Amino acid sequence: MAKRELLGLYGEANEAGDAVEGLREAGFPDTDVEILSSTPYPEGAFGEPKVQHRLYTFPFAGAAIGMAAGIFWLVSAQMSLPLITGGKPIVAIPAVFQILYEGTMIGAVLFTVLGVIFESRLPDGIGLYDKRIVDGYIGVTIRASEDDLLRARETLQRAGAVDIINNEGSIMGAGTPQGA
Amino acid sequence: MQEPPAYDVKTIDRRLFDFMLHTPKWFFTTSAGLLTIFGAGFVVFVTMLYFGLQFMGYSHPVYWGFLIVNFVFWIGISHAGVFVSAVLRLTQAEFRRPVTRAAEVVTIFSLQAAVLFPLIHSGRPWRTAYWAFPYDFIRGMWPNPRSPLVWDPSAIFTYLTSTILFVYVALLPDLALARDRAEDPVRRWIFTVLALGFRGTSRQWRIQAIAGILLSAIILPIFVSVHSIVSWDFAVTSVPGWHNTVFAPYFVIGAVHSGVSAVVTAMIVMKWAFKLDGYITADHIDALARVLIAVATGWLFLLFLDFSFGLYGEESAEVDTWMQRIYGGAWPILAPIFIITSYIIPVPLWLIKSVRRSFGWMFATTILVNIGMWLERYMLVIPALERKSSLTFTYSEYIPSISEGILCLASFAFVIVGVLAFCKVLPVMPAADIREGALLSTELKIGRRSVPATLRE
Repeated sequence: MAKRELLGLYGEANEAGDAVEGLREAGFPDTDVEILSSTPYPEGAFGEPKVQHRLYTFPFAGAAIGMAAGIFWLVSAQMSLPLITGGKPIVAIPAVFQILYEGTMIGAVLFTVLGVIFESRLPDGIGLYDKRIVDGYIGVTIRASEDDLLRARETLQRAGAVDIINNEGSIMGAGTPQGA
Repeated sequence: MQEPPAYDVKTIDRRLFDFMLHTPKWFFTTSAGLLTIFGAGFVVFVTMLYFGLQFMGYSHPVYWGFLIVNFVFWIGISHAGVFVSAVLRLTQAEFRRPVTRAAEVVTIFSLQAAVLFPLIHSGRPWRTAYWAFPYDFIRGMWPNPRSPLVWDPSAIFTYLTSTILFVYVALLPDLALARDRAEDPVRRWIFTVLALGFRGTSRQWRIQAIAGILLSAIILPIFVSVHSIVSWDFAVTSVPGWHNTVFAPYFVIGAVHSGVSAVVTAMIVMKWAFKLDGYITADHIDALARVLIAVATGWLFLLFLDFSFGLYGEESAEVDTWMQRIYGGAWPILAPIFIITSYIIPVPLWLIKSVRRSFGWMFATTILVNIGMWLERYMLVIPALERKSSLTFTYSEYIPSISEGILCLASFAFVIVGVLAFCKVLPVMPAADIREGALLSTELKIGRRSVPATLRE
């Protein structure tokens, strides 16, 4: 069944934490809950689980690819113009180590940035968002099936949400959540 | 370390986004003045494209002049920006928050200014493409990757790309803030695209924190490699006075000396221009001044090594070069100015706490350092070529031309207007980082004192 999203807005970190805890107790899996803030709170401030990621592997992969590309370019450039300099070998690694190093490093940087984008799940243009978050409000989003939307809304409201919105707008005070 | 006051998020944003959203009158007059100077440099450049490099003061045997001096100078300035930012991020120094953006922006624009000079110096900039990049499959002409003149573009390309990406990743949360604060629909659209839909999920913040540390760790070795490679443009040649093993560390630490000074200058100007009292405080410049004392003294040691290596070997060509650097031409005046401005005046002054905490004094002394460090680059590059060797049959002294002076001024105008333009379209300080600082700041009661402190995970 397709899931729909609700966003509860909270003025205090404690309330947002209560909402996360309440949703967990109500049986919603952590993977369906997201916390939105315009300030980086310490990890776990809202009782959310530790973020699992593989960002550390990206620079190593990038470095390996960058080095391989560097070796390919340097060897092919030297072989293509075989000038013997000072009696040294045509493919002389010590004389081109600098470029190899730069190739390795730029590979690491490029892949790290790609890793940041991938692991941050960007571009992220599909989730619910409210501009009040930029004023310091904390958003708690929950993806729930149509059957569970009412229960999710009640949980968000019980934790002290100042507003609850869905894709159509605010549903705070509405008798039944839209789409429920 | 004293922390800035813990403002609420709206106050922080209003102060940091103020220049973006409102344009003071001085912005137009300053930009117009700077763009005029830059335009003059552009006219000189275009004129030389048509008539050739005859407008330079080059004379046999000096073909590396002002342009190469400016290249090394701006590469140096560009270094400390990332050095300061990356080291502070890696060590998670609390006072990094208002400092990093200024440092990174100075890096981006000074590095671009640096890149312009070898291109202008080449006389035919488009030809540099096939000196550096292996694209010419038809004529069988390939760049020689064993040459420092190819190492150099590869290093600078890596550094510039890395720095821009480093800044972009750090900017993502601020772009999202700017997106939500922007009232103008065009601006909002641009920020929406650039922010990539950053919403500030726990995952995104966590990845941001790790990325800052990870990219800092990667970019620091790049920073060391770039100025080392720039030094090898000189040291790998057999020119006496250049062919020196100490050049790489000497260049790197010199870059940090001039660059950190430039960052302090930029921070003070930003504080004055954007009224950032409470964000850039005396504590920040005090801390950087202490770093500068150590860096400047390390640099002095390596200058002494360069000098003593030159003289101790008693090789006549080396000794002649140093004589030229101290007694030749205008150097009896310039050499003392160099050492006095780069070390003798600023460092003893920085030992005084009230000087370190004074914006006026720090502004003046850091400007002095960069006057001295520009002269240092001039002293390294020109006199070594001016030395008359036994096989030099045509010889005349190098006298910088007005065109070179204009290009030098234009590069300063370019960097300043670039930083100004950046601050006009993006927050002058990392707003999200400062919000985090405000969130985590607290006061500890120790005995009868309340001490400002910061919580950390």
